[in-house]
Amino acid sequence: MDRDLLYRLIEAAVGTVDSHWQELTALDQAIGDGDHGAGMKRGFDAVMADADKLAEQPLPATLTAIGRTLVMSMGGASGPLYGTFFMELGKSLDAAPDRAALNAGFTRALAAVAARGKSEPGQKTMLDVLAPVSAALDAGADAGTVARVAHDAAEATVPMLALRGRAAFLGERSVGHMDPGARSSSLIIGAVCAVLEEQSA
Amino acid sequence: MNVGIVIVSHSSKVAEGAADMVRQMVGNQVSVAYAGGDESGGLGTSVARIMAAIDAAWSDAGVAILVDLGGAETNSEMAMEMLPPERQGKVVICNAPIVEGAVIAATEASGGSSLEKVQAVAEELSAQ
Repeated sequence: MDRDLLYRLIEAAVGTVDSHWQELTALDQAIGDGDHGAGMKRGFDAVMADADKLAEQPLPATLTAIGRTLVMSMGGASGPLYGTFFMELGKSLDAAPDRAALNAGFTRALAAVAARGKSEPGQKTMLDVLAPVSAALDAGADAGTVARVAHDAAEATVPMLALRGRAAFLGERSVGHMDPGARSSSLIIGAVCAVLEEQSA
Repeated sequence: MNVGIVIVSHSSKVAEGAADMVRQMVGNQVSVAYAGGDESGGLGTSVARIMAAIDAAWSDAGVAILVDLGGAETNSEMAMEMLPPERQGKVVICNAPIVEGAVIAATEASGGSSLEKVQAVAEELSAQ
């Protein structure tokens, strides 16, 4: 992957976190401990601080470094979950993955996040976005479609009952609120897809 | 060399208080360290802080970690995986209540018990 595209992908992910972190805080205040927005901002700001250096490296090293930065800087439960996703993707992909390799890498990263959080899709977590996105990738969806799938999947967590994470303590009271991790995942996937769509246009 | 104890809580006050209880009840034969709060000192847990606490409590006999809520466990697992290779496999998380577990684990550790024994004794608390 060329340096310029990699830099723009990083910049887009950081930019969407930067413009939505207060919304994530509000979502997390409703059903969590309210730290998701600040943690995401801290983590992705730390990634942006190294963006020049990160974009110079081969894709696997970039992804692994992003994962480590998120783990070490975010604090809270979402740091290891996001970190695991990027670190596993870094481990799974080579420097110039084709579409099949990307799909397989995403599937492995999804499984690693599920194992890390001892969770599975259907429990009102970020997995409820990552799983349908993985399915859409496997079905050959283009970037615009993947972004829509991610957005709709985050919306679909609103009526769900939380079974994992802090929201699970709320039981029935978690119903009616979008899961903050599902929302942040959909935002980042949307931002990355927008860059890829522009690239292929 | 006795097993070391690490206490991981979302609250720095809980972590510090539990460590203080262990020191007063068990004494200084066991190294106890704690990690509480996130990177900015708010409620949460931090992998970097947990790794520093494991380092501070390090013993070649191993380290037993006591955690409070979900994120504390997830972050502790992540911290364990990021340890240098020679320390891998010498750190365990005890499935036990954080304060009682820490005191029981430290008491067991102070007698020179193995990491497996320390973990088992702490986890008996949850089985009751």
